[in-house]
Amino acid sequence: MRNVWIICRKELGSYFVSPIAYLLLTMFAVVFGFFFWNALGYFVFMGMSSQMRGNIFPMNVNEQLIRPLLSNISVIGLFLIPMITMRLFAEEKRTGTIELLTTSPVRDVEVILGKWLAAVLLYACILLLTALNFAFLFKYGNPDWKPLAIGYLGLLLQAGALLAIGTFISTLTKNQIIAAAATFGVCLLLWVLEWVSGYETATWARVLSYMSVITHFESFSKGLLVSKDAVYYVTLIFLGLFLTARSIESLRWRS
Amino acid sequence: MITVTELTKKYARHTAVDHISFEVHKGEIVGFLGPNGAGKTTTMRMLTCFLPPTSGAAQVAGFDVLEQPLEVKKRIGYLPETPPLYPEMRTQEYLAFVGKLKGLSGAELRKRVDYVCERCAVADVKEKLLGKLSRGYRQRVGLAQAIIHNPDVLILDEPTAGLDPKQINETRDLIKGLAGDHTIILSTHILPEVEQTCQQVIIINKGKLVATDSVSNLQNRARGAESLLLEIAGRNSELDPAAAKERLERISGVSRVTFKGKRQNRTVFEIESRKDGFVRGDLARAIVESGWDLNELRPTAVSLEEIFLQLTGDKTLPPMEEAVGASR
Repeated sequence: MRNVWIICRKELGSYFVSPIAYLLLTMFAVVFGFFFWNALGYFVFMGMSSQMRGNIFPMNVNEQLIRPLLSNISVIGLFLIPMITMRLFAEEKRTGTIELLTTSPVRDVEVILGKWLAAVLLYACILLLTALNFAFLFKYGNPDWKPLAIGYLGLLLQAGALLAIGTFISTLTKNQIIAAAATFGVCLLLWVLEWVSGYETATWARVLSYMSVITHFESFSKGLLVSKDAVYYVTLIFLGLFLTARSIESLRWRS
Repeated sequence: MITVTELTKKYARHTAVDHISFEVHKGEIVGFLGPNGAGKTTTMRMLTCFLPPTSGAAQVAGFDVLEQPLEVKKRIGYLPETPPLYPEMRTQEYLAFVGKLKGLSGAELRKRVDYVCERCAVADVKEKLLGKLSRGYRQRVGLAQAIIHNPDVLILDEPTAGLDPKQINETRDLIKGLAGDHTIILSTHILPEVEQTCQQVIIINKGKLVATDSVSNLQNRARGAESLLLEIAGRNSELDPAAAKERLERISGVSRVTFKGKRQNRTVFEIESRKDGFVRGDLARAIVESGWDLNELRPTAVSLEEIFLQLTGDKTLPPMEEAVGASR
């Protein structure tokens, strides 16, 4: 456990020494800021128009503002995740520092967990920015905090799963660009698999749809903690990290 | 300290290391010598548990590299060919990170970081980014990293590659200074390096062990033979190198004649001969009797270079078992 933390601290340090963490934070703050402003504007407009028409339509901040915004965050996250994971192992392979890690008295699994944890923590920092925007809703409105908390949990789980896959892909190449592009492709595919459920109800379509990360976010964004969705993300995390461990091991046999 | 038995590493198409066995005792500096691609790095990587061997076994400080890799790794300091530095880290921060990875902490860690900074002369770049350091400093930080946890065994892969002559000397002195406390294996393809720093040599070529012996024994072995440089010229007629070569080869004690070149009328040969008092006299007589002029005849310095070429080249070799036996 101590070793995991050593690796994690070092990785976080690398993120925040290089411009990458600040770039991601800034990009996210700007993009999400626009989404938030836009959604809030629409929400206020809807409220005003329903009042003017006289029929008092029940407006709910959680349902009509926070829920779509949480989905937006997970979409923006899709673009950030490849940039977070691309360097994790690809960079070590390119510069040869992987030899230091594999000849130090630490287990592969500790290295992998440390790196993945650092990526998750960076993503958590990014999520923390959105708390600022949501804080305004609490100041001027009266939303329920529990669904929001569950939404955050869902975002973290979803990111954890995609980051684990990104970590695995990063072990496959020495080239960060390739790692990022492949991770983006896989993440995007896991995203859009859900679309088939729109027109097809056969078993294969249900399986594909079940495999999609977006299907399982639905309940979290509603503020529901559904165990099968949580299990899906945790399974994906384990799968990603397991494949990473296999890949690191095969590196030794091949190189 | 290190025992290697029948160590083999096979890849899909070729065998990088082929049944190598040797032993290194505590406190020795051993030179691991061979041309590029001979299997030096592969062997070292197997000793450091980076690569698993295909067959055979290696033990470091009594622990097997396959069965107890963590114990082996705790006792090994390794400097790969390119020092494994993170360019975005500062020297001190990096050494502390490596120290922690190797299990140091607290006051002991700080003490070791300060110590290795002094020892490897990198104290003045403690706060610099590793990516901004010069080649010499990078190599020294790499060495500092390897000795941070005071390992029993140090494995250095071409520690002087890419350094300028002054840096090479500094690094060699540093390595020699470390010898008392650590058992050191260093690989190189530079021969004088072995002569200057090592007590033992292990020569490998094309994955096979060619010789293991002490440096002085190897040098003596080479002195049993003598290498001569001969320059002759035809007095009246043009000298035919082929005919001259043939004549010289007939002299007893001469084992090999190599035609080195021809400048105007003068022809240069390199001659390898048994070392007894008569070969040079016989050579001179034969040359004069053939009607040629003897311009120059001198012994060339014997160096490990020749032994190395003898051992790794396609020349016929004395049986190797003898040499291995002599080192025990």
